[in-house]
Amino acid sequence: MEGNSATPVKYDMEVVRWFTIAAAIYAVVGTLVGVIIAAQLAFPLMNFDLEWLTFGRLRPLHTNAVIFAFGGCVLFATGHYIVQRTGGTRLWSNKLAWFTFIGWNLIIVSAVVSFPMGWTQGKEYAELEWPIDLAIAVVWLVYGFNYIMTVGIRKTSHIYVSNWFTMAMIVMITYLHVFNSLAIPVSLTKSYSIYSGVQDAMVQWWYGHNAVGFFLTGGFLAIMYYFVPKQAGRPVFSYRLSVLHFWALAFGYVWLGGHHLQYTALPDWTGSLGAAVSLAMIIPSWGGAMNGMMTLSGAWDKLRTDYILRFLVVSLAFYAMSTFEGPVMSIKTVNALSHYTDWTIGHVHSGALGWVAMVSFGAIYHLIKKLWGVDKMYSDSLVNVHFWLATIGTVIYVVAMWVSGIMQGLMWRDYDEYGTLSYTFVESVSAMHPYYVMRMIGGLIFNIGTVIALFNIVMTVRTAASLRSTNAVAAHA
Amino acid sequence: MSDNHDKIYSTKFQDSMERKTLLMFLVIALAVAVGGIVEIVPLFYLPNTAMCATMAGNDPSCNKTQHKDASGKVIPMDKIIWNPATSAHKTLNDWQPGDGVRPYKALEMAGRAVYIREGCYLCHSQMIRPFRDEKDRYGHYSIAEESMYDHPFQWGSKRTGPDLARVGGKYSDDWHRLHLRYPRSVVQESVMPNYVWLENKPVDVAGTVQTLKVMTIVPFNAVPAKIYTAVYGDDYAGAAAELKGKTDMDALIAYLQGLGNHVKFEEGVNYRD
Repeated sequence: MEGNSATPVKYDMEVVRWFTIAAAIYAVVGTLVGVIIAAQLAFPLMNFDLEWLTFGRLRPLHTNAVIFAFGGCVLFATGHYIVQRTGGTRLWSNKLAWFTFIGWNLIIVSAVVSFPMGWTQGKEYAELEWPIDLAIAVVWLVYGFNYIMTVGIRKTSHIYVSNWFTMAMIVMITYLHVFNSLAIPVSLTKSYSIYSGVQDAMVQWWYGHNAVGFFLTGGFLAIMYYFVPKQAGRPVFSYRLSVLHFWALAFGYVWLGGHHLQYTALPDWTGSLGAAVSLAMIIPSWGGAMNGMMTLSGAWDKLRTDYILRFLVVSLAFYAMSTFEGPVMSIKTVNALSHYTDWTIGHVHSGALGWVAMVSFGAIYHLIKKLWGVDKMYSDSLVNVHFWLATIGTVIYVVAMWVSGIMQGLMWRDYDEYGTLSYTFVESVSAMHPYYVMRMIGGLIFNIGTVIALFNIVMTVRTAASLRSTNAVAAHA
Repeated sequence: MSDNHDKIYSTKFQDSMERKTLLMFLVIALAVAVGGIVEIVPLFYLPNTAMCATMAGNDPSCNKTQHKDASGKVIPMDKIIWNPATSAHKTLNDWQPGDGVRPYKALEMAGRAVYIREGCYLCHSQMIRPFRDEKDRYGHYSIAEESMYDHPFQWGSKRTGPDLARVGGKYSDDWHRLHLRYPRSVVQESVMPNYVWLENKPVDVAGTVQTLKVMTIVPFNAVPAKIYTAVYGDDYAGAAAELKGKTDMDALIAYLQGLGNHVKFEEGVNYRD
């Protein structure tokens, strides 16, 4: 559709460029903090006896940096890009997009200050204190409003599937953020949730799982449905499958939160309901993964030469694997073993590193080339090196956590012949040491990959900029 | 492509959603709301979810706790949740373990803030599941009422360290002091950070007093204000006096020592019905 009209549409791409670069930087920072906290669990010396650098304070920094700084900037970059390209229109308001960019980055800076200080609401992935929560709500609503208005002024007749996913994310994240963050302030840096105990737990995991479901899955499926077809040069495999994928996910994902609370003090039906819907979600999730993969049919040969496509395809493989593993872990008998262990951490990272980060970098490389108008990256072989570092790093990480997680679960429940517990808790801690080292190495490998990506991106942008100025001089001459 | 724009590839409704931004937006907004409503709202009125809005423990009409004893009789709520009106121990300071779930005292509340600030919940759970090994390792499984005064809940999701739901009274204060300062001096293989700064930090007196007051006005499971004013006075001066001269270390230890001994669990009773 694009380019069909007589006068080419002028898009608002400067803000997309900035979001893209910011995402590449936050990928390095977020995974670096991850490597540090992984090192702290292997070698407690790494806490340096400094309150600002202990595991308990840096862990929220890591999770928030990778989810909301890296993931958020990827979503804002791709969202503002896709909504313009698929609608054949500029943004409804370029100014509001810039407001989103500046606001989001100020929020990230305030997070970087507040977590080491210990300013936290004490709810996982929703740790930021109330003044920052208010800022997030404003910036998010501005983004959402601008996005939906841009969809509204599109030149095309139908709304493209990527935009359905992003709209669902915009709505759901608004619900989640508002209801989970309701709190009464004690001071500027401290507030207490209005909910307690059972109700707080359910609200929190409704939030926690759907931050995964709509931010880290829905938002990134929007990326998948645009960038996989673009990079492969083929249309989406099945339109009908994408309709099913979308509505099943939008309606179904919301129910999964309960599976985080199996065997806790909640009524049993909440966990069972969460698990039942979780199992049902395998079907749309795999349908979606197949839809992405099959988009490549007839273009599989491109994988040999197109390193960007490799990122996208491997991300779909990890998406399929994680969306199978998750439902399995939600089954009560499996959850009895896996809950509270490193298996959960492994599962999260097969999704976060394997799916989210991989599909993001596929999109980022694609965007860099498009936005700066270059045919190739500064170094295509560095893209390949990054691809292998990311893949190998993820696999080492996930395998280490599978082994340590299952081992923990088995050691905790093991009885000797006299009917007493076989292991003390601390024996399970020391048994984890080799796997914690292995996890740190896997994470470090992944982190090095992001550094190489950032280098490659900076060099590509610099080369493109110098090319442009040379051309400009030539044109004036 | 353009000549096919009027063809409907799916259903009429799907097609009109794809054409009308507002319709698509509204249907999405409805679709994503259902699951959360179904799972969350009942927890605010079903029994045994420890939800008693604003009047917990004091209002006899508010019996949401329906655990049944071995003979099938409903256990009175004040056996589970401490009620100063019916309990033999009438004030927060007289309360004894087993009297039922009570609100946090001033120093414990300060310690709880330290627990949250340091991110303890990222490595320690406070939710014992109903399994044999967890009973042997940590004690009786946790029930809803035990975290009813926890704004926010601190159940955690990971056990890098052991569960702490019933750690109260298991170790001496001195052990905790040593362990928090240098964990590896008492547990060699521990990976916990050294919390060396806790004993140098005076507790936040004003912040804690403010927290106690806030806990009496939260919309759900608020502490009945007279429980606090009875021991701390209407101006909470008593709370400030108790906190004066104490460190974050003292506070955190007080919090930990108060965990898990509130309810007297009876043999043979299923508290998960």
